[in-house]
Amino acid sequence: MADKHYPTPMLDELENGPWPSFISGIKRLRDDHPDERIRKVTDSLLGQLEHSYETRKGYWKGGTVSVFGYGGGIIPRFSEVGDAFPESKEFHTLRVQPTPANYYTTDMLRKLGDSWEKWGSGLQTFHGQTGNIMFIGTTTENTQHFFDEINEYGWDLGGAGPCVRTAMSCVGAARCEMSCANEHAIHRHLVNNFTDDVHRPALPYKFKFKVSGCPNDCQNSIERSDFAVIGTWRDDMKVDQEEIKAYVAKKGRQYIIDNVTTRCPTQALTLNDDDTLTVDNHNCVRCMHCLNVMPRALHPGDDRGVTILIGGKRTLKIGDLMGTVVVPFKKLETEEDYESLVELAEEIIDFWAENGLEHERCGEMIERIGLVNFLEGIGVEVDPNMVNNPRQSSYVRMDGWDEEAEKWFARQAEKASA
Amino acid sequence: MSMADMREPIESGCPDGFQYMHPTMRRNFGQWKYHDDPQPGVLRHVAYNGDEVYTVKAGTQRILDVFTLRTLCDIGDKFADGYIRFTIRSNIEYIVDDQAKVEPLVKALTDAGFIVGGTRNSVTSLSHTQGWLHCDIPGTDASGVVKSMMDELIGEFTAWDMPNRVHMTTSCCQINCGGQGDIAINVQHTKPPKIDHNLVSNVCERPSVVARCPVAAIRPAMVNGKPSLEVDEKKCICCGACFPPCPPMQINDAEHSKLAIWIGGNHSNARGKPTFQKLVASGIPNNPPRWPEATAIVKRILKEYKAGAKDWERINEWVERIGWPRFFEVTGLPFTKYHVDNWRGARASLNASTHIRF
Repeated sequence: MADKHYPTPMLDELENGPWPSFISGIKRLRDDHPDERIRKVTDSLLGQLEHSYETRKGYWKGGTVSVFGYGGGIIPRFSEVGDAFPESKEFHTLRVQPTPANYYTTDMLRKLGDSWEKWGSGLQTFHGQTGNIMFIGTTTENTQHFFDEINEYGWDLGGAGPCVRTAMSCVGAARCEMSCANEHAIHRHLVNNFTDDVHRPALPYKFKFKVSGCPNDCQNSIERSDFAVIGTWRDDMKVDQEEIKAYVAKKGRQYIIDNVTTRCPTQALTLNDDDTLTVDNHNCVRCMHCLNVMPRALHPGDDRGVTILIGGKRTLKIGDLMGTVVVPFKKLETEEDYESLVELAEEIIDFWAENGLEHERCGEMIERIGLVNFLEGIGVEVDPNMVNNPRQSSYVRMDGWDEEAEKWFARQAEKASA
Repeated sequence: MSMADMREPIESGCPDGFQYMHPTMRRNFGQWKYHDDPQPGVLRHVAYNGDEVYTVKAGTQRILDVFTLRTLCDIGDKFADGYIRFTIRSNIEYIVDDQAKVEPLVKALTDAGFIVGGTRNSVTSLSHTQGWLHCDIPGTDASGVVKSMMDELIGEFTAWDMPNRVHMTTSCCQINCGGQGDIAINVQHTKPPKIDHNLVSNVCERPSVVARCPVAAIRPAMVNGKPSLEVDEKKCICCGACFPPCPPMQINDAEHSKLAIWIGGNHSNARGKPTFQKLVASGIPNNPPRWPEATAIVKRILKEYKAGAKDWERINEWVERIGWPRFFEVTGLPFTKYHVDNWRGARASLNASTHIRF
């Protein structure tokens, strides 16, 4: 005999239409899963979700659940309507760190699915917005069992709470011609240096690393991370003039003028009468547009490195902040280069841990104390690449001017002799 | 269980991805020369040595039950090379090294109900989080909103009809987990929190709740002889920041928690610098199970963008070129006093010029 189910008339509406339905998926677990525990949990979950749809309210509350040895990584969920929907009254999520750029073999996906079926609800998401695999729905006890099982074959929890969070990076050098960096190495060097800070939340608030291989910034790292690392290059972009001519022949001069040269933000491109392209590399800002339009003809140069921007975040509490430039260019070739990248991250997190207020993101702290104080705190010198324009307000005390000008000339001389 | 029986975690952190990467990608790491787009949902990347990989991208329901996960794996084993990755917007990508595998793979995915597309100048899937299914503070259900909208926008996912790519997001509170989008559909509360004064002192750390308020509208107070909190309702901006640390300050309201639509968030540095999204519409009913009013406005904006923007213009660039007055004119959306920023940095968004289109 079929099991008796909570009615779901509103959720049933989400089974209509061509896009894959998450409701149909949960119902398959409810109706067809061989394990009675999963059938009951998913039935109860659908019951509570239907109740939310009817009343337009959420009914989960947080709490404290972790695994032995860690303080975070679990999103605890206890139902506020557990009496009505008892089988899913504990429905915690485990956040698990994927590889950079989210690679899996089908074998590994099956193995993870099998483990989760054993200990959890059988529902998972690849991935949450912080970048974790989300294993959605289990009890406090099974949280530990599931973690123990997958931890044995190479998976570790991600961040939740005021801690270093799971990092994210684009597909990059693994499959993209625009990549100017080894996103994989940057991602793992950074986040794996802070495993203690990932697993044991003790910072003012969250801290996110995101890595994009080029200024297209497919990871939204400037908008969404405290520490954005973006690949770029310093020398001339590579131009294959034969391919330029082929684009002109295929698309027409008008198309190239309207869609490439006139769209360059610094007017650094000229389409010549012979259908070749001249690039004013000194004024190119590496925006990527012309490379995006003509990927066969234009490529990043060879002198590659990264730009680092600090302090991006969303609204709470003082409004949206973009990350802003703290390191205009940094080579990442040797092990020492990577070590100094990690040291910069340590310096920044230490300074913020010391000076940030409770629940204050790094960017908010910078806003409160000013960029210059932040730079002095982490031992980084000012650079005109850090601003859109010099200050407009004359309300500033400048009796250290001569000293600061000396520092500038000394740095310039050092650069020239390097 | 005693402490001695507990297993110590292996703090392995973020795993190495090369072990799960298609061998052709591993072999050509950093050696890719260019890509092209044979058809919607399919990418071809070519390495300097002539090696090729084809990527087939598909939209899924994101909240995957284990049966669906296994179906995706079966397709990966039978029609692809067993290597999978997921994009930032939760689309699945299969990577194969042989063009002959592309069509059967596309067909297998389509036959199984997945939607091949989401590349180049399309509407990619909405990025979103958990909503009523699992979040502790949601004003709406993200998965349901996304399912409802993608049902109607599916033709824009599977085609290349947009001037440039359109990234959409949805968020169930103002924390905005969905992130910046060309179009973002976000919860906007319109009434101050309702406070359960019987619970505040037991559940909430009052000073930290006071500190969370962006406009200093919350202060400690004795209510009915109990230590609690009160909100200056004239100051309150209904942001909901007090609700996560203090659930008795209930911000979600069946009637007054609305949806707002924001446009022009653009993460890329291409052409212009990255931009944040701007408010265009609000007061939209939070109307499960299909949210038709929100979808109708999204479709109206997309229709005008598609008709009016030049090739490669993202939504923010299109509006910058035609001007905001024209945007409100062509979409028929009302421009209200709520569209004018009124915080300390607001002057940067005012028009300090005679640049006016007639």
